[in-house]
Amino acid sequence: MSPPSAKAMVEVSGVTQRFGTTTALSDVSLTIASGEFVTLIGPSGCGKSTLLRLVADLLTPTEGTVHVAGKTARAAREAQDYGIAFQQAGLLEWRTVLRNVELPLELHGVGARERRARAEELLEVVGLADVADKRPSQLSGGMQQRVAIARALAAKPALLLMDEPFGALDEMTRERLQDELLSIRAREGTTVLLVTHSVSEAAYLSDRVVVMSPRPGRIAAVVDVDLPLRATGTPTDVRESPEFFAATTVVREALRAPARVASP
Amino acid sequence: MRRVLPGWAGTWGRAVAPVVVAVLALTAWQVLVTVGRVAPFVLPSPVAIAEALGAILPQVVSAALATGANALWGLVAGSVLALVAAALAARLGWLRSTLVPLAAVVAALPIVALAPIFATMFGATSELPRQLVVTVVVFVPVFVNALRGLQSVAPVHADLMRACAASGWAATRTVTLPGALPHVFTGLRLAAAGAVISAVVAEYFGGLQSGLGSRITSAAANSAYPRAWAYVTAACALGLLFYAAALAAERLTTPWNRRTS
Repeated sequence: MSPPSAKAMVEVSGVTQRFGTTTALSDVSLTIASGEFVTLIGPSGCGKSTLLRLVADLLTPTEGTVHVAGKTARAAREAQDYGIAFQQAGLLEWRTVLRNVELPLELHGVGARERRARAEELLEVVGLADVADKRPSQLSGGMQQRVAIARALAAKPALLLMDEPFGALDEMTRERLQDELLSIRAREGTTVLLVTHSVSEAAYLSDRVVVMSPRPGRIAAVVDVDLPLRATGTPTDVRESPEFFAATTVVREALRAPARVASP
Repeated sequence: MRRVLPGWAGTWGRAVAPVVVAVLALTAWQVLVTVGRVAPFVLPSPVAIAEALGAILPQVVSAALATGANALWGLVAGSVLALVAAALAARLGWLRSTLVPLAAVVAALPIVALAPIFATMFGATSELPRQLVVTVVVFVPVFVNALRGLQSVAPVHADLMRACAASGWAATRTVTLPGALPHVFTGLRLAAAGAVISAVVAEYFGGLQSGLGSRITSAAANSAYPRAWAYVTAACALGLLFYAAALAAERLTTPWNRRTS
């Protein structure tokens, strides 16, 4: 295998993932540059979550290699090079909100004062400073998911992995959290790999949308998204811009195209 | 958020309703026994039982203390054994496949069968046979529930621990043990009530005449029914005390867990 290039944050090459007789991913290669926001989208069973879990080293590929931040996926995981948020917030209900955010730092042996300061800073960022001492069960679903995102960012990871983090939320909360995510990413300079099945979410957030198709899971198309209003306009301006509509249209068509080809 | 419903269902209603029902039931019992033709040796009236209880209160208390001590020792021993066994079984597959069927066998053991055997084995002048009976009875619910708790780590938490590169012990401490606590307490609550019942029943088969069970049998044998019922009342109170203590410990230790009945 060729050595990973220095600028790539994620380098997936020739990855095939089989579970028993099922092939979840077939010969997938994907490179994500440092600072890029990439979204994986596709129907159920296209292997988008599997691909994310391979990057996170929660799975080991049957064939092929995965490199993150210039290391093997395993070394990157052990170095806490990435933070991860799942569809379920997955907070520890016996800990306060603050101590949930501290968790990754605690597991890496960061001192009590330092991790507390970082956790407080992050809760400030996600607008939850006032609930720091509450328990997760006292929070709404959207608030819990914001805590989970703060937790994912705790160790200042270079890469943020997100597996449908807004999937269970209502549309209003969802859009607000998308904007929060964009501003956090701008502030922290984090590379983001996000799994979604919302076309508008993919188009709104990403620099690049990777469209996947099922049976076996593979990359069907890659759509570059350029929304000039992101730099100058409000979130509403961006969501109502012709470029945004154009991007959703391209992604939607890319999602449909392989289905037509697939049936023999 | 507590929804306020009109009338009975408020906090007051919840506290008062059982008391009202109890008072009504006791009154009905009293009326039935006095007005109806129920012979006192069939069913003594609540007032007669209360009088008996008042007259022999010191003996009732000392009997309750003796039985309570047996139940407590058995509860502690059985729980410690069960927790250690569950911790080992959760880690070692071969031990789990041995202990789980064994627990089913122990669960099927009737205390009425065990008590006389233990009494013969360990002699009639010892509290040990009663404590052992309680230990056996307590073991099963604590073991089964603790094991279930230790094995029920949420997949998302397991992923999180791996993503954070947590060591085995760190993951156990951060996720597995706190997650298992509510299950452990479910087992302990069941065990607490069972401990008192089995401590009382274990006394029915001879041995020391110190506890509630032996006093109930001897009072009944002497046709002193109000006295027998007074001891039964004490046994009931003792069981409630154990249950309440387990519930209080649960509330204190797992304040995040609010699905207790």
